[in-house]
Amino acid sequence: MTAYLKLDHIDKVFTRGAASTEVLKDINLTIEKGEYVSIIGHSGCGKSTLLNIIAGLTNATTGGVLLENREVNSPGPDRAVVFQNHSLLPWLTVYENVKLGVDKVFARTKSRAERDAWVMHNLNLVQMAHARDKRPAEISGGMKQRVGIARALAMEPKVLLLDEPFGALDALTRAHLQDSVMALHQKLGNTILMITHDVDEAVLLSDRIVMMTNGPSARIGEVLEVPLVRPRKRLELATNTTYLKCRQRVLEFLYERHRFVEAA
Amino acid sequence: MNMPATKMDVETATLAGAAAPVVALTPKRPPRSETYARMARETAVRVVPPLVVVALLALMWELVCRRAGSALPPPSKVFRDTKELILDPFFDHGGIDKGLFWHLSASLQRVALGYSLSAIAGIALGVLVGQSVWAMRGLDPLFQVLRTIPPLAWLPLSLAAFRDGQPSAIFVIFITSIWPIIINTAVGIRNIPQDYRNVAAVVQLNPLEFFAKIMIPAAAPYIFTGLRIGIGLSWLAIVAAEMLIGGVGIGFFIWDAWNSSHISEIILALFYVGIIGFVLDRLIAGLGKIVTRGTAQG
Repeated sequence: MTAYLKLDHIDKVFTRGAASTEVLKDINLTIEKGEYVSIIGHSGCGKSTLLNIIAGLTNATTGGVLLENREVNSPGPDRAVVFQNHSLLPWLTVYENVKLGVDKVFARTKSRAERDAWVMHNLNLVQMAHARDKRPAEISGGMKQRVGIARALAMEPKVLLLDEPFGALDALTRAHLQDSVMALHQKLGNTILMITHDVDEAVLLSDRIVMMTNGPSARIGEVLEVPLVRPRKRLELATNTTYLKCRQRVLEFLYERHRFVEAA
Repeated sequence: MNMPATKMDVETATLAGAAAPVVALTPKRPPRSETYARMARETAVRVVPPLVVVALLALMWELVCRRAGSALPPPSKVFRDTKELILDPFFDHGGIDKGLFWHLSASLQRVALGYSLSAIAGIALGVLVGQSVWAMRGLDPLFQVLRTIPPLAWLPLSLAAFRDGQPSAIFVIFITSIWPIIINTAVGIRNIPQDYRNVAAVVQLNPLEFFAKIMIPAAAPYIFTGLRIGIGLSWLAIVAAEMLIGGVGIGFFIWDAWNSSHISEIILALFYVGIIGFVLDRLIAGLGKIVTRGTAQG
């Protein structure tokens, strides 16, 4: 078994003046192609920092990230990110936002007409083709996140990085979008790494759940396989014993063994 | 038995919802006369109060200044004295004996040139200072000192350097209006959200693309604030500078009128200077509105 994405002994220390804080300690993880992995942990445990390191937006202090056995340490479209707060550029339309990435990634390999078709194809995947000429301010939060997903997908990333993608959405919209992401994963077979703090979301979507201990010096506490068959149906899972067991395991980890002290 | 049926319904409903064409509903239009009446009302609400105030002020001015021996002329006398200038702004008797249109247009040309130069240089320097910490550390203290120098203090120096009135006046406009443009642009660049920078990094925009596609649109509201302050300052500076350099221009027209004791002409010129300053400000504000349309956070 060869690892597709490999996090190799990653440490991260933030230094400000004389004071230094160790955020991440010895993070090791291998992810296979097509896998859906969630990273869950209390806020402040460094999970977003870890995602930024994988994305190349921050550099690890020691250790590194290997994608298909090549070290990656700068950002690139092969690790497209769906940001928590969508980060669409407000002066561009929905179409132009997606096209920004497409034009860069496929500048040489696709003709103008092909790029246009590819943008529309990806907007169709997330059911946002109807809003192509709208600006981000004119569409709802869930729609913005859909466009964010389309923008990331359109770059044909090797790994899709989701940074708490549904965190800012209301519960109904969130469920709807989770179903969409599941359907997309089923259809396209992307490798996905998602940061989340929602236990149900992690269990529902992931093949494996990586649970992180509390910071500072956060480590991977436990990795849980979710042996649920796909496609998964939200309603059927509500009474599924495997689902409930997995959920229980994650809850125990988060609220018994690694309770978030500051929250008390 | 019930469950699948309900689910089917839900699915078809979603599909139908997705497939349904978006029908643009045209709101029922009120009759045209009503629209006009409403527009007239809205205009009246905005125009009538300032007109009333102006009329009252003019009346007060008239009452105060119509006494014999008053130092300043009342509005009625101003109008009588300057009737020819108002009615024929286009005459040209050679030299500086020209209609007001020519004076104003000469001033506006100087402003246009000086201000364009300062807009270009100001935005460029602002981007540099906003983007590079070292440029900021090196240049910002310099800017903070230089920007407090009054416009006219630059004039003798620029006359010494250029040995000519025209480029000196343009330089004074340039040096007056550049500071707010630099400072506001720099603030705008520094305030570009990290999110946008991350997007640019993931997409791998090169510096030039980053400048054109992220930096300028993201900082545009700030840049236009600077440009708007800048145009106001250049119009302030040009009148003062022209008083000293002479030649054709509204500033020298005022000075010349003072030297010939034509107080009414001064008042008329001030009226024009005010109106044009107002129009220039509105022009840049309007341009900013068009350009920054859609840059508001969504």
